[in-house]
Amino acid sequence: MNLNAVNAIYSFEMARWWRTLAQSIAAPVISTTLYFVVFGAAIGSRISEINGIGYGSFIVPGLIMLSVLQESIANASFGIYFPKYNGSIYEILSAPIATVEILLGFVGAAASKSIMLGLLILATAYLFVPITIHHPLLMFLFLVFTSVTFSLFGFMIGVWADSFEKLQIVPMLIMTPLTFLGGSFYSISMLPAVWQKISMLNPVVYLISGFRWSFYESADVALGVSLFMITIFLLACLVLVRWMLITGYRLKN
Amino acid sequence: MSPSILSIQNLTKTYVDKLQALKNINLEIHRGEIFALLGPNGAGKTTLINAICGIVNPRGGKILVDGFDVIKDFRMTRSLIGLVPQELTTDVFETVWDTVNFSRGLFGKSPDHAYVEQTLKQLSLWDKKNNKIMTLSGGMKRRVMIAKALSHEPRVLFLDEPTAGVDVSLRKDMWDKVRALKETGVTIILTTHYLDEAEEMADRIAVINHGEIIVTEKKTALMKELGRKLLTLDLKSPLKAVPVPLNRWKLSLNAEGTQLIYTYDSTKDDNGIAELLSGLSAAGIHYKDIHTDQSSLEEIFIQLVKPT
Repeated sequence: MNLNAVNAIYSFEMARWWRTLAQSIAAPVISTTLYFVVFGAAIGSRISEINGIGYGSFIVPGLIMLSVLQESIANASFGIYFPKYNGSIYEILSAPIATVEILLGFVGAAASKSIMLGLLILATAYLFVPITIHHPLLMFLFLVFTSVTFSLFGFMIGVWADSFEKLQIVPMLIMTPLTFLGGSFYSISMLPAVWQKISMLNPVVYLISGFRWSFYESADVALGVSLFMITIFLLACLVLVRWMLITGYRLKN
Repeated sequence: MSPSILSIQNLTKTYVDKLQALKNINLEIHRGEIFALLGPNGAGKTTLINAICGIVNPRGGKILVDGFDVIKDFRMTRSLIGLVPQELTTDVFETVWDTVNFSRGLFGKSPDHAYVEQTLKQLSLWDKKNNKIMTLSGGMKRRVMIAKALSHEPRVLFLDEPTAGVDVSLRKDMWDKVRALKETGVTIILTTHYLDEAEEMADRIAVINHGEIIVTEKKTALMKELGRKLLTLDLKSPLKAVPVPLNRWKLSLNAEGTQLIYTYDSTKDDNGIAELLSGLSAAGIHYKDIHTDQSSLEEIFIQLVKPT
């Protein structure tokens, strides 16, 4: 194992994060705070409790997931796309690094940032609404699983993209709608029956549901199903990323 | 120990657009030599280097670096190789110090600030170590690329057009550095469009064209074998045309009619010079001076790669 290489990539990516601190941390925290103000205080005060949980508290897990998903994809996709764009990818391709080490460096850094961001948003939420975490370990497990899985997904987008436009397409046109329709701001049970069935096709529903269960022991789908789905998604991403790196898909000629 | 640090056997590469970039390349590069790979644009030089370094996937053939296979033993081979690419490709938002240390780590080496400091000093980059790369001139950026390639103490160094866009003074500094590296036993493989550089620096030369190695030879032998020699006679009185009795030597006359030029093969004992001089006397042509010129590497190169 080339641990020096893993450390080099990981440190490089984390340093880039610190260099763009305002964009990396402040922006997601501010936008989440705005969600709390708008949905929690202004609109939320007019919405009754959901499954016995105050609306402001109810949306906290969903808001954390919203940011974690978006930031995981954005960080990991940019992390691998930027060296492709500026040509410095040659150095990674010509270095004595195995697939797993590349992933540990890039995906590890992207996931670390998302986990830190998720915890920061959680800390911010404490300032606005009462929060109870019934299963902190499970909450953290979901946070880590989701961060790693979507960082892998973002890494794939970064490898696939050959323009900044393509880099934005999947997060904007697919992930954002899926996240908003994944129960971040409501319970799936509040939807008409047909939409409840359609929502079950949305993988984000399982993530938010499981994550929310770890807070309030209240979920749209069974905890086991949520864990199963995130595991399947994680494995699928791992298989695809491995194939991309081994074949050199869009990295090597 | 094998005399070859790099051995390429039957290497082929075809791109997805069906372009056959490398056609059955066979090449041996000796330890500690400076090897120049010459060829026109699109000849396959960069593809060949990239295949050795792991940046492109070859279609067939075998590449061994110090006896290790570049695919099976990629960790070993890549740790032996340093690459300075043609383009100035690095993260311009990084500082010189950070980017060179990053490269060292990437190639599996533990941090060694003393070594990195020494490398930066040798490349006159030490006073720029905290500068972001985006603030450096083109020549300085080129030095940074070399520092990155040297950061992990490679035994084989590829320099792909290292002096493109570099001023004369910096170019000289770079070649001094290359010579110093050679002294430490590093094998250097370079491509350049400045053939005078190859002529001055290289021990051996290969010419590649349309994905094929046309010739691989010691520089001196190449210039001796392929280089024509010209004998120029400055005439006392100008001629209007080459006299018929001298046609057998295929002489050419300059535009003013003041010089007769004879092209001959310097490797042959019977090069025809003595007979030509006798023939000139017999024809009553007198000359006031006589001198010879050797073809430059550039002329040899043009001769080799010209369309047939």
